[in-house]
Amino acid sequence: MAFLSYLINGLSLGSVYAIIALGYTMVYGIAKMLNFAHGDIMMVGAYVAFFALNSFGLPVIPSVLLAMLACTVLGVVIERLAYRPLRQAPSLAVLITAIGVSYFLQNGAQLLWSSSTKVFPSVVPAGSVQLFGGQLSISYLTIVTILICIAVMICLTLFINRTRTGKAMRACAEDKGAAVLMGINVDRIISITFAIGSGIAAIAAVLLCSTYPSLSPTLGSMPGIKAFTAAVFGGIGSIPGAFLGGLLLGVIEILSKAYISTQLSDAIVFAVLIIVLLIKPTGLLGRKISEKV
Amino acid sequence: MLKVENLVVRYGMIEAIKGISFEVNDGEIVTLIGANGAGKTTTMHAISGLIKPVSGSIWLNDTELTKIPGHKIVSMGLAQVPEGRRVFAQQTVEENLTLGAYARKDKEKIKADMDYVYDLFPRLKERHAQLAGTLSGGEQQMLAMGRALMADPNIILLDEPSMGLSPLLVSEIFAIIEEINNKGKTVLLVEQNAKRALAIADHAYVLETGRITLEGTGEQLASDERVQKAYLGG
Repeated sequence: MAFLSYLINGLSLGSVYAIIALGYTMVYGIAKMLNFAHGDIMMVGAYVAFFALNSFGLPVIPSVLLAMLACTVLGVVIERLAYRPLRQAPSLAVLITAIGVSYFLQNGAQLLWSSSTKVFPSVVPAGSVQLFGGQLSISYLTIVTILICIAVMICLTLFINRTRTGKAMRACAEDKGAAVLMGINVDRIISITFAIGSGIAAIAAVLLCSTYPSLSPTLGSMPGIKAFTAAVFGGIGSIPGAFLGGLLLGVIEILSKAYISTQLSDAIVFAVLIIVLLIKPTGLLGRKISEKV
Repeated sequence: MLKVENLVVRYGMIEAIKGISFEVNDGEIVTLIGANGAGKTTTMHAISGLIKPVSGSIWLNDTELTKIPGHKIVSMGLAQVPEGRRVFAQQTVEENLTLGAYARKDKEKIKADMDYVYDLFPRLKERHAQLAGTLSGGEQQMLAMGRALMADPNIILLDEPSMGLSPLLVSEIFAIIEEINNKGKTVLLVEQNAKRALAIADHAYVLETGRITLEGTGEQLASDERVQKAYLGG
């Protein structure tokens, strides 16, 4: 029964990673860049939600929406100011810029909100569901986290596959030149991608901070790296891959914490990544990149 | 009318197009022939706005194409079938065709054009739900052409449509190019298969390392000694 409980907690943590990883993988798939500031955008979302809940006393849903709005705008502005001018630049320049943006956001947050840790209020009422005559208890937060992750995944998949903009995004991911020939405004599609990826990061921020309530300017970095790992694990650029990678990563992390060692859990997570990449360099669901002849 | 004037295109330090001028009149088939690396594809990319020229101008009727962003060019009535087809391999045949009409709003006419494309290429209809990446080379070429037609262009640019196809398929593709032209669409055709291209062209230009070295009607160039020697294996 303990195992089942760990497994469910792992899925819950993995859900948060999965939502963050979706942002990473979408941006990579379409803009072909790693937005290493993604975790920090999430951090800003956490602060916005915190102030909305605590200082303005807004209810949960409007607070989350406000955080999503803030992250969406932030993501679009960052893309416009920092990444778009580098569209033709070598990928190393873009990568370094992204790391720069990450530090900028962290230090900006420190300046604005100080580096002292704040306590984030949980957005989900405390309490739990008791199963098997009380042997297995699952908190409401865990259930809500998993359900929201599934909902985000379904909405995103429908959006990408069914809508005109979603199809244009897929076209851009495959071949930007051909997309331009279709009349697709690639810059606009990249903006939309950043907007969506950053917006859903705010949801992850609120869920993460409800589970681990200490709010600090660096809170985005570790989950950011983990989510990046999850995205690579699942096959970067693939949306189901990010989902699967996130969930697996969460489960592996919690299980290794429970059964092996709390200190070594991160090392184990990254070791698993290395092993997967050695065996399958494109990640679990990643596609082979076929070279044009 | 499409009019290219003194076009210069550079890739870094390399001048790929060194000041070329040519025209494509409405209703004509015009071809640019030349060897690999002559600058044919670069010219096509410049017209469709995929690459910005260093100098010179490209006019489509009264619009200067070099002044507008690439993604707006297709709604001016100019579509391109790019070299190597470049269909969206992970999307179905029908999704590819729908993307061809991305810039259009006239839903009913789009539906009619889809039927027209399926009439023109019955094989695409058979395979409408199949992923484009699973099609054969010839079918992908048909899809790329159908996708361009879905933009309902007045002028259609074809970049090496015969590349890598069997002689039988090449004949089929060229017959369809003539049919499209008969339906009133202007055609700018870039080809290495000079013989075929000159046979259907109203007007032709020879492109050599970024310059136009010869021009004339399709017939004139086909019987020109220099062209025969260099491009027709004669």
